[in-house]
Amino acid sequence: MKSGSNLEKVLTAGHFAFTGEVGPPRGANTESIRTKAAFLKGNVDMANMTDNQTAMVRMSSMAGSLVLLEEGVEPNYQMVCRDRNRIAMQSDILGAYAHGIRNVLCLSGDHQQFGDHPNAKGVFDIDSVQLISVIKKMRDEGTFLGGDTLDGAPEMFIGAAANPFGQPFEWRVHRLAKKVAAGADFVQTQCIFNMERMREWVHQANDMGLTEKVYILAGVTPMKSVGMAKYMKNNVPGMDVPDWIIKRLQGVEKKKAADEGIKIACEQIAEFKETKGVAGVHLMPIEWEHKVPEIAERANMLPRPVV
Amino acid sequence: MIIAERKPFEEITEMIKGYKNILNVGCGGCTSICLAGGQKEVNQLNAELTKENAELKIDSFVIERQCNYDFFVDLDEKAPKYDAILSMACGAGVQFVAERYTSIPVFPALNTVFCGVDRNVGWFEENCRTCGECVLGDTAGICPVTRCAKGIFNGPCGGTRIDGSCEVDPDTPCAWTDIFNRLTEQGRVDKIIEVKPPRLWQNQVRRVLIQEDYKARYAE
Repeated sequence: MKSGSNLEKVLTAGHFAFTGEVGPPRGANTESIRTKAAFLKGNVDMANMTDNQTAMVRMSSMAGSLVLLEEGVEPNYQMVCRDRNRIAMQSDILGAYAHGIRNVLCLSGDHQQFGDHPNAKGVFDIDSVQLISVIKKMRDEGTFLGGDTLDGAPEMFIGAAANPFGQPFEWRVHRLAKKVAAGADFVQTQCIFNMERMREWVHQANDMGLTEKVYILAGVTPMKSVGMAKYMKNNVPGMDVPDWIIKRLQGVEKKKAADEGIKIACEQIAEFKETKGVAGVHLMPIEWEHKVPEIAERANMLPRPVV
Repeated sequence: MIIAERKPFEEITEMIKGYKNILNVGCGGCTSICLAGGQKEVNQLNAELTKENAELKIDSFVIERQCNYDFFVDLDEKAPKYDAILSMACGAGVQFVAERYTSIPVFPALNTVFCGVDRNVGWFEENCRTCGECVLGDTAGICPVTRCAKGIFNGPCGGTRIDGSCEVDPDTPCAWTDIFNRLTEQGRVDKIIEVKPPRLWQNQVRRVLIQEDYKARYAE
């Protein structure tokens, strides 16, 4: 065991993992995290706490992760390279570990231009691949990036993100390989809608032997409506939403579109369960946390293993 | 070349408010070439300033380069006669002028914007952040520090759009997609397979460079 996190235990025991996601509040009130945590508790193996996603200022992901811990949901502490330099990042990793956080997800971060402070100075002192290697060094060698010895190493389960769809497609699996080489233990993918591309990418990862070294959790987001599908297709960078998704949602009565979205998500999950090289699913129901119990049930992900 | 652009007129008039006898010093170097601070631009600014304030006495003088004191001989004679200097050089030149005449206030008339190239007449593009550790040999001559919005060394990030443009702007190509494509064309993709370790940033304090052949000369 590298970290002893619940996610690590579930994966190493050979179970198909199921993880969720919570966004922190835009204010000091933790009530929304607690409410969302109640829907996730017992239905997922852990939940990501996002780090100022879309560059909008929110409660810090470390603080949000600690609230999740209090509520009995294991957090996956997201850390972006946009807002902190290597000094602050290493310092936060130590603090997070000291307070019981055992999973961390290393991300570049959405560019500051998208957020509510577009004139902030982006830091990007190190990138997400380098951040993985820094945390691995702290954990496995017990030293800071600068070389000094740590008084207590942070035994984190190290996560990374992958986008199997962005250009250049041929390079995407090599970027995954770089993250694995840097020390990623698990990978959560971008929301997957283009199943063909995803199959191809996992196939490449299998061929390169990457799936023997890293656990891949496939990202699933249920579409709530035709409008949401169109918005994600046209407005969210890095998203690849094929037309068949939109057509299927259009093919049912408007009030049944959300149900159809969940049906599609469950079909995706069923396929991933049978896909060699996919170790679990990361569910990202955007502002739809209350649907997690229903989705977990309908996707036959319950009960969650206790290991 | 250093690329600069003129500051907003109101900002310039606000800076020089209260000074009645000003010398506007142009630069024949980069800012002249990028059409921001040569003779023509000095004359134009002075015309605008005197139109705005008829009582202002503002003279013009252009030296070859404001970043080398060898070109300051004539300026040394003129400068003490004025109660303020406006410089139309880059930030480096403005500071060099200010360092030369410490008793006279020196104001920048330009904003220094970047180090770049001429795409066309009057059209400039940033190509270098002067980071001090050039990686262009491994990145097919495309700078990830300058052209990638996140300046990352192990790209592309997850935000690249399906069409290969950058997440910050659909009209901006993703630098790392371009790097990959050009390396592929050259059969050199192996150059970016290895993880690039965290960069040892060197631009934290003022940098001074003495070329190897001159080190003995300045040893003392």
